[in-house]
Amino acid sequence: MGSSNSTLSKIPNLGRLIEETGFTPAHIKRLYKRFQALDKGNKGYLSPQDFGSVKELATNPIGDRIIGAFFSQGQETVDFHSFVRILAHFRPLDKNRAKRPDSPEPINSRISKLRFAFQLYDQDNDGKISRDELLQVLRTMLEMQVTEEQLESIADRTIQEADLDGDNAISFDEFRKSLEKVNIEHKMSSRFLH
Amino acid sequence: NWEQDGFSQGYHAIGYIFLPGDGPQKRFTAPPVNSPAWTQVSPKPQTQPLPVFTINYPRIQVPFEITLWILLASFAKIGFNMYHKITIWIPESCLLISVGLVVGGIMYAVHGMPPAVLTSNVFFLYMLPPIVLDSSYFMPTRPFFENVGTVLWFAVVGTLWNSLGIGVSLYGVCQIEALGLKDINLQENLLFASIISAVDPVAVLAVFEDISINEQLYIVVFGECLFNDAVTVALYNILSFVATMPEVETVDVFLGMARFVVVGLGGLFFGFLFGFAAAFTTRFTAHVREIEPFFVFMFSYLAYLVAELFSLSSIMAIVTCALTMKYYVEENVAQRSCTTIRHVVKMLGTMSETLIFFFLGVATITTDHEWNWGYILFTLLFAFVWRALGVFVLTQIINPFRTIPFNFKDQFGLAYGGLRGAICFALVFLLPQNITCRNLFITATIVVILFTVFIQGISIRPLVECMKVRRTNRKLGTINVEIHKRLMEHTIAGIEDICGQWSHYYWKDKFKKFNDRVLRKILIRDNRAESSIVALYKKLELQNALELLGPAPSDLSAAPSLMDLHVETKPTARTKRNFPASDLRNMHELLSKNMYKIRQRTVEYTKKSALPNDSKVREILIRRHISIRHSFRVGSFPRTVWNLNVSSLDNAEGPGLEDKQSWKMTLHPCSGSRGTDLELEPLSATSSVSQLQRFSSRQERPLQNRYHQPERREHELGQQTSREPIAEGLWGQPQRDSWTAHRYSRSRDEHRPGGGNLPPSAPTGWAQEPLIQKGGGSQNHLNRRPHWRPHNPHGPQSPGQVD
Repeated sequence: MGSSNSTLSKIPNLGRLIEETGFTPAHIKRLYKRFQALDKGNKGYLSPQDFGSVKELATNPIGDRIIGAFFSQGQETVDFHSFVRILAHFRPLDKNRAKRPDSPEPINSRISKLRFAFQLYDQDNDGKISRDELLQVLRTMLEMQVTEEQLESIADRTIQEADLDGDNAISFDEFRKSLEKVNIEHKMSSRFLH
Repeated sequence: NWEQDGFSQGYHAIGYIFLPGDGPQKRFTAPPVNSPAWTQVSPKPQTQPLPVFTINYPRIQVPFEITLWILLASFAKIGFNMYHKITIWIPESCLLISVGLVVGGIMYAVHGMPPAVLTSNVFFLYMLPPIVLDSSYFMPTRPFFENVGTVLWFAVVGTLWNSLGIGVSLYGVCQIEALGLKDINLQENLLFASIISAVDPVAVLAVFEDISINEQLYIVVFGECLFNDAVTVALYNILSFVATMPEVETVDVFLGMARFVVVGLGGLFFGFLFGFAAAFTTRFTAHVREIEPFFVFMFSYLAYLVAELFSLSSIMAIVTCALTMKYYVEENVAQRSCTTIRHVVKMLGTMSETLIFFFLGVATITTDHEWNWGYILFTLLFAFVWRALGVFVLTQIINPFRTIPFNFKDQFGLAYGGLRGAICFALVFLLPQNITCRNLFITATIVVILFTVFIQGISIRPLVECMKVRRTNRKLGTINVEIHKRLMEHTIAGIEDICGQWSHYYWKDKFKKFNDRVLRKILIRDNRAESSIVALYKKLELQNALELLGPAPSDLSAAPSLMDLHVETKPTARTKRNFPASDLRNMHELLSKNMYKIRQRTVEYTKKSALPNDSKVREILIRRHISIRHSFRVGSFPRTVWNLNVSSLDNAEGPGLEDKQSWKMTLHPCSGSRGTDLELEPLSATSSVSQLQRFSSRQERPLQNRYHQPERREHELGQQTSREPIAEGLWGQPQRDSWTAHRYSRSRDEHRPGGGNLPPSAPTGWAQEPLIQKGGGSQNHLNRRPHWRPHNPHGPQSPGQVD
C-alpha cells in the first residue's frame, strides 16, 4: 500500500532494524506511528516528558524505572531505533528459531528478557542487586502500610534465597537461577507485540 | 370519599399500587381505617372535642412504607458488607434477594395478601433511570471507547442471538404435546425470550478481581451489561407490540428491524444533545456552585424522558448523555460538586437496584405461580446453552479483530457469569395482562433469576479458582519469585501502556484533535491545554490531600518514610537470619495482600456496587510525585539531574538539607494534630542550621546516607506535598504560595545547570556518583525562608504553569 511504503521509507536503516529486532514491517510501521504520536512537537526523538503523557505509567509503581530503561546511560533522548529495540525485548519468542551458535542472542530471548528485568532493579549497573536496590523496589511495589521492618525482612529473605556466593547481593546469574522455573518467555512478553 | 382526593394521586404517582390490573381499590392498611372514622378525624370536630392526640396513618402511608423498605434494604447491605468474606463469595444480588424473600414471607404471613408491587410507570420512569445512570457514569471512558466495537458486538448481537435462540427453541418445546403449552405462540415466546436474555454479568466482576488482570474483560462485561439493557428494552417494546398482533407478516419483521435501528440511533442523538447541553451549561455555573450537581441529573433525566416521549431508546439516551457530559462537566464544576454528583448517582442507583431485588424476593413468595415444570426447566436449559453458545461463537468471530483475543478463561467467565438481574424481573412483571400464560412467564423468570444468581453466582468463583489452579503452578514459589513476577507484570503493563492500543487509533486521534480544537473551547470554562497527567495529578491531589491527612494517621505514621536521617546504612555483612516457616508464610501473605495490583486504576472500577476507590492510586501517585514532575522537564531525567546536582552540591546542599531536616522534624509527630506539625517548621530552620554546620564538615557521609535511602525521602516529600493544602488552610495564602512556589521553583531550577536542586527522587537510586567535595560553602540561610533557594532568579512561579 502506498501509505505504508511511504511511512516505512521514512525510517532509516529499516532493514537492519527488522533483522535485529525481529519485528515485521507492519509492526515497525505501527510502532513508528506510536512513536510519532508520543513525540509531541515532532522532534524526532522522545524525551522523558513525552513518556509522561502516558497516563497509566504514572500510576505504575515502577513507571519511572521503565521509562528510565529506554534511556541508555547518560542519554536524554530516545530515537526510534532505540525505542524499537527496547520494545523488541518484549516480543514473544519465535517458536522455531534455528539455533545458530554463532549468531548473537536475539533480543527477545529469555536471557535478554531476564537481563532487562535485572536492570530494572540494578540501577547503578554494577551487575548486582544490592540489598538497598532491592529495598527500593520493594518499597515502590508495596503499599504504604507495610512497615520498614517487614520490608527489610522480605529483602533479607529474598537475598538469602537467591544469594549463592554469599556476597549479600544478587548477581545476574543468581537472579537467573532463582527464576529458572518461571515461564519468563510468557511473563515478559506483551500480547501487543505478537 | 377519600379516594378521590389527592391521596389516590399520591398512590399513582409513587406507584404504590397493589395488584396489577386491579384499580386502587384494595387498601393496604396497617390499622384498618374506614371512611367514617377518617372523616371524623379530619378538620370538622364539631361533634367531638378537639383531639389532642391523633394518628393519621394513611396520610403518610405511602412515603412511610417506601422509606421503611429502603431503610431495610440498606440495613441489609450494611450487614453483608460487614463480613467482607461474604461479598467475595456471594454476589450481592443473592443477599438482597434473600432478604427480600424473608420480608416477603413475613408480609405474606402477616397480611395474608400480596403486598405492593411495581407498575410500569414507576419502574420505567423512576427506578430504571438511576440504575442506568449509575452504570454509565462510572464507566471508564477510555477503555470503553477502545473496546466499543466488542462491547456493542456482544451487547447487541449477543442479545439478539440469545432472544432468537431461546425464543425459537421454546416455541419448539411448546409444540410438544405433553407439556400442554400449545397455545403460546411464537411471538409470545420471543417476547419472553427477549426478557430472559438480559444478562447482568457485572455481578461476577468482583470474583475476577484478583484472578484475572484482563482489563479488556472488565470493560466488555461492564459495557455489555449496560447496552444489553437498552437492547432488551427496545426488543421488549417491539415484541410486546407484535405479540398483541394476531398475525405477523414479513413486512412487520422488516419494520421491526427498522424500528430497532431508529430507536437506537434516536436515543443516541438525544443523548448527545443533552450531554452537550449539560456540559455547556456547567461552563457558566461558576457562581452558583450549589446547584451544579442538579444539572447533571436534570439533563440526563430530561434526555431519558424526551427519548421516552418519542418512544426511542431512553436507555441509550441516558447512557450517551452521561458519557458525553461526564468528561466536560467534571472539568467545569467544583471539586465538591463533583464528589456530590458521584455520590448521589451511586446512591440513587444502588437504592433502585436494591429495591428491585427486594420486590423480586417479595414477589416470589406472594404471586400466584403457575408451575409448568417442563417449560421452566427447558427455559433454564436454553438460557444457559444459548448464552454459552452465543459467547463462544461471537468470540470466535470477533477475536481476529481484537488486539488481545479472548482466551478460554475469559469466555468461560462471560458465559457462566451471565446472571440475570433486576431488569428481567421488572420487565416480566410489567407484561400486559392479555398475554396468555403471563403467570407462567413470571414464574419461569423468577426461577431463572434465582437459579442464575444463587447457583451460578456462588459457584463461579470456585470454578474459576479451579481453572486457575489447573493452569498455573499452585505451589508456593519462593519470595524471590513472587516479587520478581510482580515486577515483571508491572513492567509488561507499563510497556503495553507505552505501546498503546493500536486499533481505532486513527479515529481516536481525530477525535482528540476535534476535541481539543473545538469542543473544549466551547464546553469548558477554563480551557488550558493541560497535559493529562498534570490534570490528573492535580485533581487527585486536590481531591484527596485533606482526606489523606485527616482521618488516616496510619498512612503517615506507618509510612516507612519516617526513618531517622542519621541511620546509616547497615553494614553489608549481615549474619544470616533464619526465617522460621511462620515468618515465611507471613511474608507470602504480606506480599500477596500488599503488592500493588497491575493497572491499579482499572481494578478500581470493577466493583459495581462501590464508588471507585482511588486510594491506592493516590498512594502510588503521591509516592511518585516527584518523579512525575521530573518527567515533565526537559533534560531533567533523574540521571542527568543527578549529575547536575553533584556538581552543584555545595549550593544545593544547604536548602536541601534544611528541607530534609524540616520535613523530618515536621513529620515526626504527624500522627497527632496538624497544628504541631506546622509549628515545628520554623523551629527546624534554626536547628537545621546547626545541622548544616555539622554537615558541611562532613559532607560526604551524610549525603551518602541520604541518598542511600532516597525512597524514603520520596515518601517524605510525598507526605510533604500532600500537606500543602493544610498549609494553605491554616496559614492562608502567602504560605501556600511559598510552598507551592517553592515546589515549583525547585522544579524550575532543574532547567538551569548548576542550579540543580536535590530532587529527592533522584531516588530511584541511580548512580551513586562520587561526591565532589567542594569547599564548605554553606551559605547563610538564616536570613531567608528555609525553603527558598539561594539563587532563584525565576522567583515564585504560579502553580498553574508546570509544563
